[in-house]
Amino acid sequence: MSASADAITALKAKFPQVADRASCDCPAVDVPTAEILAVLKTLRDEHAFDLLSDVTAIDWAEGASPRFVAVYHLYSTTSHAAVRVATPCTGDDAAPTVPSVVTLWPGANWHEREAYDMFGIKFEGHPDLRRILMWDGYPYHPLRKEFPLAGIETVLPDAEISEETKAKVIAAPMAGGPFVASVGEMNLTEAEPRAKDESWNERSPKPGA
Amino acid sequence: MATDFAFPDSAAKAAGAEQEFAPEKMSLSMGPSHPSTHGVLRLQMELDGEVLTKCDPVVGYLHRGDEKIAENMTYNQFVPYTDRLDYLAPLANNMAYAIAVERLAKLEVPARCQAIRVLTAEMARVSAHLMGLGAFGLDVGAWSVLVHSLNQREHLYKLFEELTGARFTTSYTRIGGVSRDIPDGWLGRVIAFCDQFEPALEETLSLLTRNKIFQDRTVGVGVITKADALAYGLTGPNLRGSGVSLDLRKDKPYSGYEQYEFDVPVGSKGDSYDRYLCRGEEMRQSVRIIRQVVAKFPGGDWYAKDARKIFAPPKDKILTSMEELIQNFMIVTEGPQIPAGEVYFEAENPKGILGFYIVSKGGGVPWRMKIRSPSFCNLSILPKICVGTMMSDVVTLLGSLDFVMGECDR
Repeated sequence: MSASADAITALKAKFPQVADRASCDCPAVDVPTAEILAVLKTLRDEHAFDLLSDVTAIDWAEGASPRFVAVYHLYSTTSHAAVRVATPCTGDDAAPTVPSVVTLWPGANWHEREAYDMFGIKFEGHPDLRRILMWDGYPYHPLRKEFPLAGIETVLPDAEISEETKAKVIAAPMAGGPFVASVGEMNLTEAEPRAKDESWNERSPKPGA
Repeated sequence: MATDFAFPDSAAKAAGAEQEFAPEKMSLSMGPSHPSTHGVLRLQMELDGEVLTKCDPVVGYLHRGDEKIAENMTYNQFVPYTDRLDYLAPLANNMAYAIAVERLAKLEVPARCQAIRVLTAEMARVSAHLMGLGAFGLDVGAWSVLVHSLNQREHLYKLFEELTGARFTTSYTRIGGVSRDIPDGWLGRVIAFCDQFEPALEETLSLLTRNKIFQDRTVGVGVITKADALAYGLTGPNLRGSGVSLDLRKDKPYSGYEQYEFDVPVGSKGDSYDRYLCRGEEMRQSVRIIRQVVAKFPGGDWYAKDARKIFAPPKDKILTSMEELIQNFMIVTEGPQIPAGEVYFEAENPKGILGFYIVSKGGGVPWRMKIRSPSFCNLSILPKICVGTMMSDVVTLLGSLDFVMGECDR
């Protein structure tokens, strides 16, 4: 781990605004948003952190400042050191913004698309910022803390089919809790449609079956 | 006697003979339900004749929101979800997840637990590579390889079933241990498997390695340069096939991998054939590790005994002792008590580096869990390497990348 500690010391000398970040494993730093590209470029070119393992984000819930933090995990295939770099997103909650690192690592492309899809973070300078896991036109960002676990009712991805069938993507029948139906809140016959049909059971087989 | 055949459109052809033939690009959608896309990957391609000019992979058909689910349940409840990431190697995923949470809790597991985990992870690697090999063979037209490898995989699944109670979705690890100790005589059966597997593996690989048709279809096809592989974050056999010797079992050993001797195979050209060779050699090395683990299998506890707020006490104690009953109740209802902090742990899985980034605010539920899945990163290079290849080589390319959509889409 000394290689990454050395890199952090050198980084702090070059960028005085870089601060240590609490971490249980590899060394980690907080970087101001304006310097993130320069810091990552320095780590890549001068300290041989050549593999960008992961780009992701954390939502610290409404009211937190900063609410969205982008997190980068770098790995060096030569010194086998790892380092975590975090930067707060600028802008309001509707459109948090952070510079894109696709110019440094083309592999960041999909990671940033995923973070945009899940959190709505705009990566400035990304060549093709589309949704990746959810479908185009999906109106929400599911990993934001205010998005409910059960989901929200939305129209189908295909507008024509949606128009014709009037079918919708419905929220999961979860009655408030994760996989727990609170007492009295939901009737079992509603949650489990098969339970409605009382004309058959183990002793008398289902009619017509 | 010569006859002039008059074609109906010959006049039209003659009239337009001066015009340059302007080829129209064809757009073709492959998948999401296509035998060679190994699951539900869709490729939106643009073709010029038979050559690809553009390729846009569409992923997300198997997205289940695992990261959202993780934020809403306790650490122990999430173990079964890790089975369903790379569902060809659930034991390896279980282990990666358990170690990530243990790093966060600063918990050390006993040597016996580590050995069981390494053993099961290597067996999972063999089973995953067998499936990858069989499917790759199938993609390029070698049917018999699949039959051979599925036969061997079945032997492994019988051993998994005996150990964990399930063939596929094992959910074997717990935070701070494993769900149960190994059964009597099981290690002997693992060695018996290895004894019959080694010659069988050579026979299976010999169906492909010097096979002229297989070589024609894979050598020089889908070349990924070293620089590209690193830039796109490829890991596992796909990165090693391109000549980068990155294997976390060697470079950042976890769970006691430093005690075992094994070699890391690397390719020289980075083509589909190199990736195939790497997987074949990795299976041999995995068997080597399995034999070493069994040879010096440590005794002692198979779970962390001092982890009172994390690992549930033994069942007989729960039913007889009040304190253990309370402890069990708290772990089940509130979850294992993990301190606040953040950790990123990466494990060398069959498909590449599987990473868990966990942010905890303390308590039994993570605040944020990000799963860095190797298949997702490995697929992100497709738009780059597909351009300029033949349509039929795309099938080879997909087979050689050996991805699992359950893990890619999470």
